[in-house]
Amino acid sequence: MTQTMMSYRDGLMLAAAHEMEADPDVFVFGLDVPDHKRIFGSTRGLVEKFGEKRCFGTPLSEDAMTGMALGAAISGLRPIHVHIRVDFMLLAMNQIVNMISNLRYMSGGKLKIPLVLRAVIGRGWGQSAQHSKSLHSFFAHVPGLKVVMPTTPQDAYSLLRSAVRDDNPVVFLEHRWLYDIEGEVDFEKIAPLGKAAVRKEGKALTVVGTSWMNVEAVKAAEILAKRGVDIEVVDVRSIYPLDEETIVNSVKKTGHCIVADYDWTYCGFSAELASVIHHRCFADLKKPVERLGFAPVPCPTTRPLENLFYPSAVHIIRTAEKMLGLSPTDLDGESFYSYENKFKGPF
Amino acid sequence: MMQDILTKEESLGLYRKLVLARFCEEKICQEYFKDEMKTPVHLGIGGEGIPIGVHHCLPPSTKAFGTYRNHSLYLAMTEDTDGFFGELYGKRNGPAKGKAGSMHLSLPEKNFVATSAVVGTTVPLALGAAFANTYRGSDDVVTVFFGDGAVEEGAFWESINFAALRRLKILFVCEDNGLAIHTHARQRRGFKSLLNIVEAFDFYKGSGDGSDLTEVIRVTRQVTRQMQDKPGPALLNFTYHRFLEHVGPREDFDAGYRQKPEPEDIKRLDPVLRFEEELKESGLQAQALEAIRCEVQEKIDRSVKTAQQAPFPPPEELFADVLI
Ligand SMILES: Cc1ncc(C[n+]2csc(CCOP(=O)(O)OP(=O)(O)O)c2C)c(N)n1
Ligand SMILES: [Mg+2]
Repeated sequence: MTQTMMSYRDGLMLAAAHEMEADPDVFVFGLDVPDHKRIFGSTRGLVEKFGEKRCFGTPLSEDAMTGMALGAAISGLRPIHVHIRVDFMLLAMNQIVNMISNLRYMSGGKLKIPLVLRAVIGRGWGQSAQHSKSLHSFFAHVPGLKVVMPTTPQDAYSLLRSAVRDDNPVVFLEHRWLYDIEGEVDFEKIAPLGKAAVRKEGKALTVVGTSWMNVEAVKAAEILAKRGVDIEVVDVRSIYPLDEETIVNSVKKTGHCIVADYDWTYCGFSAELASVIHHRCFADLKKPVERLGFAPVPCPTTRPLENLFYPSAVHIIRTAEKMLGLSPTDLDGESFYSYENKFKGPF
Repeated sequence: MMQDILTKEESLGLYRKLVLARFCEEKICQEYFKDEMKTPVHLGIGGEGIPIGVHHCLPPSTKAFGTYRNHSLYLAMTEDTDGFFGELYGKRNGPAKGKAGSMHLSLPEKNFVATSAVVGTTVPLALGAAFANTYRGSDDVVTVFFGDGAVEEGAFWESINFAALRRLKILFVCEDNGLAIHTHARQRRGFKSLLNIVEAFDFYKGSGDGSDLTEVIRVTRQVTRQMQDKPGPALLNFTYHRFLEHVGPREDFDAGYRQKPEPEDIKRLDPVLRFEEELKESGLQAQALEAIRCEVQEKIDRSVKTAQQAPFPPPEELFADVLI
């Protein structure tokens, strides 16, 4: 049996371990990668198994370490550079946007950049404005980068393996709350980069979700299903390249679409997707596409405002009701943020 | 000797600040498990003497910048326990109305200008404040506090260079606990002496045991005097022992990355005990110290109660303060 129940963090850890076994050129490094906490457990066992040559920590030097990853990649190695928060990757934006994304093009296709930048994103626990972003819209804006956001343990495993095998730079974004999710993982299953996945089928309305918003969307769909409203949930999985076909097919079927993004909406991925859908599904749309995302402010610390900052299943339900002309569902007695209840701070 | 450099009043004032910082953080440790303070806390127990001592040597007009490990600096500069706990509880009476939490505390009206939870990012800000001082012809020094980990960031060295180039009156203060989260300096540094490198940039420099408040003050005074005589930047490196985990209210010696200090070492590593000892040796009555402790504890308890009872910011506060 290759099918096993495991957490998302273990999916990540095993994907790296299996790639390191398969290819001696793969190595994993980054700030705090080998300390006892092991990036929330996602690099557990690697230094014991593969030694400090292939799994190591770094000084606090994101910019130079990212350039060093690029230098290693164009020298034939396959680095996985890990950031415990995507917010710290901003210190390396010059290497990412001026170098990593450009170098293949600027070499006339001669250089190959097999490089994975793993980073933890999103809401933790009172993390405030500097430990809470997603930034997939930033990265996907730049030609020359692939951007992947796995939601399930299977995808954490399969997409990371595909990302390591890809000869292009891949930004791999993992929501903090997803780490505790458990699910079946089949080691044989391959998930190519650039494919969306239908998480739940339905006919009334399509919710296209990124990362954690798929958990919220499935929850919203379960609640609406109780009153016979059938929501389809499409997990984008790959921000770039984008699987337009799966999304467009779904929206053509339902005629209604909410883009539930986990990022700011202004100039964001949700705007990109809404544009694609309006363009390709114009005749089938019964209502304009609606977009959900972060409130247009920096993330606040205090809990009541933090709750208002992030989009949730409730926003999806209320937006769906408006689009479909339904009365508001009574949400008393429904429990939301189920993963937060499992989640204990401070990180 | 303490008496050589501090008056009795100064010593008592400093003791009060030490106890204020320590008791505030001990209060956090007691209350944290109730899950009402929903903000990650990077406690500075063991390192209180550094910001308290440095700021004692400078006039109140001195602007300061810091990190997420900022409680002692905040309290040393403001003594504002109401605002402090208000912010930690995420309440409207916090200086940032709960938006900042522990990691981003500041009080610009008291010259505690900004802190950041992205390592090294306030160092260049201090450079800008020092630049503004020279621009306006002000004699003031600017201080910036950072951990030993921040020294590895490029922005640190770029700032050192510019400060030296422009002879800015900026005091770089390294709060050196030898750790970046769980990683020792020897695992991160390819050089031996930070002070020697910085000296090559034509910096004034000073270093010492940050657990010894008197020493912090002696070294800081020496360096600030040099900065006043002939303008230029300085670096102070003070070592200290971080008593608790990197973030959170517990000890984590069982994690295995470092040793728990022996009981006989605690007296040397704990700046409060150490200063208390010195005060007693200098002839101060134990009752005088006890009175200070009681007064401070009452003040803290009142502030915590106020914070617990204060309202959260209203929903519309979410959208306030983004732009003017
Ligand atoms: C640019 C950046 N990289 C990584 C981190 C994660 N991080 C938070 S604190 C820390 C260690 C910093 O150590 P040091 O500067 O010595 O300060 P200390 O916590 O010891 O006071 C790290 C790596 C961060 N916040 N910012
Ligand atoms: Mg440190």
